[in-house]
Amino acid sequence: MMAPFFKFGLFGDEASLVVAFVIGIGFGFFLERAGFASARKLVSQFYLNDLAVFKVMFTAIVTAMLGVTYLSWMGVLDLSQVYLVPTFVVPQIVGGLVLGAGFVIGGYCPGTSAVSIATGKLDGLLFALGLLGGTLAFAELLPHIQGFFSMTSIGTTTIPVYFNLPYGLVVFAVVLMALGGFYGAGLIERAFAKRA
Amino acid sequence: MTVRTDTADVLAAPVADDHAAVREAAPYTNPYLAGIGLGLVLLAAFVIMGRGLGASGAFKAFTAWATNLVAPGYAHSRTFLADYLSDPTTSPLNDWLVFEVVGVFAGGLISALLARRVRLGVEKGPRVTTGVRLLLAFGGGALSAVGAAIARGCTSGQALTGGALLNLGSWIFMLSVFAGAYGLAYFVRGEWR
Repeated sequence: MMAPFFKFGLFGDEASLVVAFVIGIGFGFFLERAGFASARKLVSQFYLNDLAVFKVMFTAIVTAMLGVTYLSWMGVLDLSQVYLVPTFVVPQIVGGLVLGAGFVIGGYCPGTSAVSIATGKLDGLLFALGLLGGTLAFAELLPHIQGFFSMTSIGTTTIPVYFNLPYGLVVFAVVLMALGGFYGAGLIERAFAKRA
Repeated sequence: MTVRTDTADVLAAPVADDHAAVREAAPYTNPYLAGIGLGLVLLAAFVIMGRGLGASGAFKAFTAWATNLVAPGYAHSRTFLADYLSDPTTSPLNDWLVFEVVGVFAGGLISALLARRVRLGVEKGPRVTTGVRLLLAFGGGALSAVGAAIARGCTSGQALTGGALLNLGSWIFMLSVFAGAYGLAYFVRGEWR
């Protein structure tokens, strides 16, 4: 057991910022390769004529999920040392709906807006400025919605832990779901191609 | 005279071809290949750092930093921003996600330059004016920041990262993002098509 390297003290805080920059380069590179610097490409997901968002996202999720699963089974990676965002059921439903609305109205999400600015998109820049404005607005709003913000907190948990299912079974189910989704995505794209 | 004209003609053809090649952007990578690349980057973050990718947190840190420059008293009075300002010896920009998002910007630029896709412009459908599109981009960004703040993360930090870790809240969030976007898509179709 030696990973995560940072958690096992293989390097310090300053080196971690260099790692952050390098990992960010990889992240931005593949987002742009996929076409996600383009708002029209991204929102096509919601008009069903180009489901690249779903395909890229679920391929990435399955790839990384299988990677952590095998590395953890081989005893290389200590999964308990990998940070999990705590679950707040209702805020995460509402937050998801609001971000989804922002996505289809604004054309980007926070990460893709950074890539879009890098490729010269003015609307991406306005989206990023909107992120700053929205953050200020939320800072003002938070004291008034503190009860809602921290409701239905169930701590850090995963689907296999919460529903008491074997980890490998959930991994297998996600892989099957993704493969079914990829097959379905092809059918949907062909059905909606004419209306594009 | 004749010689110069001939030389110019001979040179003209390949030069014109070169310019045509420069203008034409390369096609996007196959989504499954790009997804595998993205997944390996995410896996590297898990293995090296013990954390996943993110984006909204960097914008939050930047907002805290900028607000603190303009109005330090106000910035410290709002918990959401003050979280980043508790240590006076370090800048809010001295943050893992800030460095990561600077990398995202650089990586996007490298990829776009290699594919000849860097171009100043506005992404919009044919029926909407540039002004309206820019206004909606700002509004959408503001909504996204509020949504990410309520949910403790965005499409990167929650959906992608938590999705791969089978995080319960991340999957709830991811389904809600798609529900919200699909639910509203019909009403904003004029912006895109």
